[in-house]
Parts: sequence; C-alpha cells; structure tokens
Amino acid sequence: MIELLFDNRDLFITGFLHTILLFVLAGLGALVLGTLLAAMRVSPVPALRLLGTGYVTIFRNTPLTLVFFFFAFAYPRLQLVDVSFFTRAVLALAMYTAAFVCEVVRSGINTVDVGQFEASRALGFTFSQTLTTVVVPQAIRSVVPPMTSVLNSLLKNTTIAAGFSVLEAGQITPALSERGAPLLIGMFWIAVGFGILVAPLTATQRALEKRWSVAR
Amino acid sequence: MSSALYDLPGPRARVRNQAFGVLAILCIVALFGFVGYRFWATGQFESPKWEWLLYKDLQLQLVAALGATLGAFLVAALLALAFGLLFAVARLSEHWWWRTPAFAIVELFRAIPLVVMIFFLFYAAPQAGINLGVFWSLVVSLTLYNGSVLAEIFRAGMQSVPRGQREAAYALGLRKNQVMRAVLLPQAIQAMLPTIVSQLVVLLKDTALGFLITYQELLNEARYLGSLTEFGRPIIPTALVIGAVYITLCTALSALAGYLERRSRRTGRALPIPDAPLVTAELAA
Repeated sequence: MIELLFDNRDLFITGFLHTILLFVLAGLGALVLGTLLAAMRVSPVPALRLLGTGYVTIFRNTPLTLVFFFFAFAYPRLQLVDVSFFTRAVLALAMYTAAFVCEVVRSGINTVDVGQFEASRALGFTFSQTLTTVVVPQAIRSVVPPMTSVLNSLLKNTTIAAGFSVLEAGQITPALSERGAPLLIGMFWIAVGFGILVAPLTATQRALEKRWSVAR
Repeated sequence: MSSALYDLPGPRARVRNQAFGVLAILCIVALFGFVGYRFWATGQFESPKWEWLLYKDLQLQLVAALGATLGAFLVAALLALAFGLLFAVARLSEHWWWRTPAFAIVELFRAIPLVVMIFFLFYAAPQAGINLGVFWSLVVSLTLYNGSVLAEIFRAGMQSVPRGQREAAYALGLRKNQVMRAVLLPQAIQAMLPTIVSQLVVLLKDTALGFLITYQELLNEARYLGSLTEFGRPIIPTALVIGAVYITLCTALSALAGYLERRSRRTGRALPIPDAPLVTAELAA
C-alpha cells in the first residue's frame, strides 16, 4: 500500500506542490479582489456598486470549468500577453473565488448592527475609524466560518486545473491509470493528502471561532 | 444596512462621489473597450465566426448538448435530494449504528474534491470491474457530493426547528418517525428551501465537470464547435454563447431561490434562525 506512494512519489510530490501553490496564490488573489469588490458593493458610488454586483452575478452563475475553458482555449486567441497555463489557472481560480469572498465579506459587514455605526458616528468617528475600530472587529467573527468554507472549496476546486494540463493533485488519478498502478490505493492516498491539507484550515477556524465566541 | 456606513453626503462629498462615479464609469468603459477591441482586432466579431449559429444541424446539436446538461442535472438533483434526506435522518438517529456510519460517509464525500471523485469512477472503477460509463460516473459523483452537502443542510434545518415542536409532538403521542415526517421535516424544508435551491445551482454548475471526462454536454459542444475550421475555429463566440446559456439557467434558478426566500419571509412562517444555518450552500465548481 505504501509502496505505491513511494513508487510514484514524483507524481504525488509535484501534484500536491502544485495544488498548494495554486491554492495559496489564487487564495491571496481572491481575498484581495473579493475585499475590493465588497468595498465597491457597500460604497456610496452607484457606478461602483453596479460594477461589483455585475461581477458577482456573472461569476457566481458561471461554472468554474467554463472560466477555465475560457482561459485555456479562448485567451490565447486574443493574442494578449502570453502566460503559462499555471498562471492562467491561478487567474481563473482567483477571479471565480473572488465573487464568493465578496459575498462573505459583504454579509459580514451587514451582520453588524446599524446602531453600532450610528453610535460611532455620533461619537465623532470618521468613516475609516468606524470601519477599522467598530465594524471590522465585529464583522470578522461572522466572516471566519463562511470564509473557511470558501477557502476549503477553493482548495478542492484547484483540482479542476487537472483537466487543463496543469499537473496537480487532480491529475494524479489519470496519470496513475496510465502507469497501470492500482487506483483504489492511489485514491486512498489522494484523499489522505487532501485531508492533511484541509486539517490546518479547519483547525484555524475552530481556534478563531473559540477565541471570538463572545455572546453578542 | 450599508447606507449606515457613511453619513448623508454633504456638498463636498457629493462632488467627490460624483468624481468617483465618473472615474468608475471611465474604468468600466476602458475595460470593456479594451476587451471589445481585442475581440475586434482578432476578428471575433466577423460574420464567419458566428455563421455556425445559422445551421440547423448545429442548432440541433446545441439543443442536444443542453439536453445532456439538463438531463445530468435533473437525475443528479433528484438522487442528491433523496441521498440528503436519508443521511440527514440517519445522522439524527438515536442509534449510534445509524449515526456513526452516516456521519463518516457524509464527511468523506464532502471532503473529496468532485474532480477526484469523477476521475476515480471513470478511470479507477473499471479496474475493479465496475464500468459506469461517462453519464453515470458524472451523475453518481454529483449525487454523492451534493447529497452530502444537502444532508448537512437538512440536518441544520431540522435542528433549527424550535425544541418545543418536537416535545409537543411527542407529548401528543406521535411516534419517532411521525415526529420526523409530520413535524420536523416539513418545517426544516421550508426554512431551508432557499439554501437547498442554491445548492442545486451549484449542482447545475458542476455538471460542466462532465467536460473533463468527455460527457457530451454544453462545454464539450462549445469545444467541438470552436474547433470547426470552416467557421475559422470560433472558440470565443462559442464560449460566449455557452456562457450566456449557463448564466441564464443559473440566474433563473437563483431567482427562484430569492423568490422562495422572500415568500417565506413574508408569510412569517418558518424563519430560518439567523445563527443556525451556518451551512450556507457550499460553493463548488
């Protein structure tokens, strides 16, 4: 059972390294872009709100596979900057996930009671003071659990890149199949691998939730 | 509530906001203009690239592909709902020999990426003598994954029904499965309907994964049409058309979810308890 892991360690190591790399890069991109979009969606400027809403509606209703499809097959036809498959996979994942990050952040802001904003304004806080000292510390509590599940899904979604010639963990099964290795065992190790990757995410969530679980 | 974030704008803030608005519109125009220009410059708007839309055979193929997508969606949705109900009830059972395996199975299938599952059924299962073929590999994977997520949604729904309901039902002398069927489940389903529908949107989007194992659905059709040399390999037009089809389908389903949510709010019945349903529909592909 363990032999399979050793015999094919090249596959497993490059596979999971690419998965982690995709996850980290796309995750950072999605967090930044998603927060930006959320800021746009709560801003007092109608045009920005419209842009944010449009982005979220389009990307939430498009299959990620189609986004990948576009970046893999259609992007080269536009004769823009030539970038590797890997970079395009990161872009596809980040742009898709950003829509979900945006919704999480926005609903987090919405959970904070209106009285809190009003009180801080009555105390003479500026907009940025209100946001950083009153709203965000309260919003972050309700953001953490859904954000973890968004990141969790991102981790699993990285496997779609396998269908578009990025060698990552999703690609291990077909590659093993080509080598004629027993796939049932291979599958077991892939599942273990993902289990190991998900564990720190869940652990962080539990720890943060415990730390912030204050009755409101 | 977002309007509470900032004061009513005064004269200076209004000017500033308008400036931002104009800037934002300029950015949008520039972005779309650039994309449109690249499309135009690479000839994506030229008529030969769109001519495929006029051929009856290709139209029929497109409809067949849409049928394949919807077929996989409908079968998987029904199976996933059944799977979800069954496992939600099993997870709430008083007997550990129901609870524990149900818990393990639900957690397992939620943790395994859908692509890995599909590849497993498509590439690995035949080695063990189980040949499901393309359609069932896709549908079974979709069922197991979304069914597990739905099981969690149903369970959260049943747990969000106030305890008094269950106690009252027992006090009236209903049996365990009567309590479940007649009291808890109907309320849970109503409270969770919007979440359930948004999970079905996820399922619909996930059928696109069939592309990876060459199930003849919309994306594969797009790839095929996009490779036809007689139309100048119109991959961008086909991707745009297929994208529009997906967005229409999913938006219609999402709109249904929104409508159901508003309706349950209006009737005032079965409001989801605000902090119980942390199980928001999980996003997948």
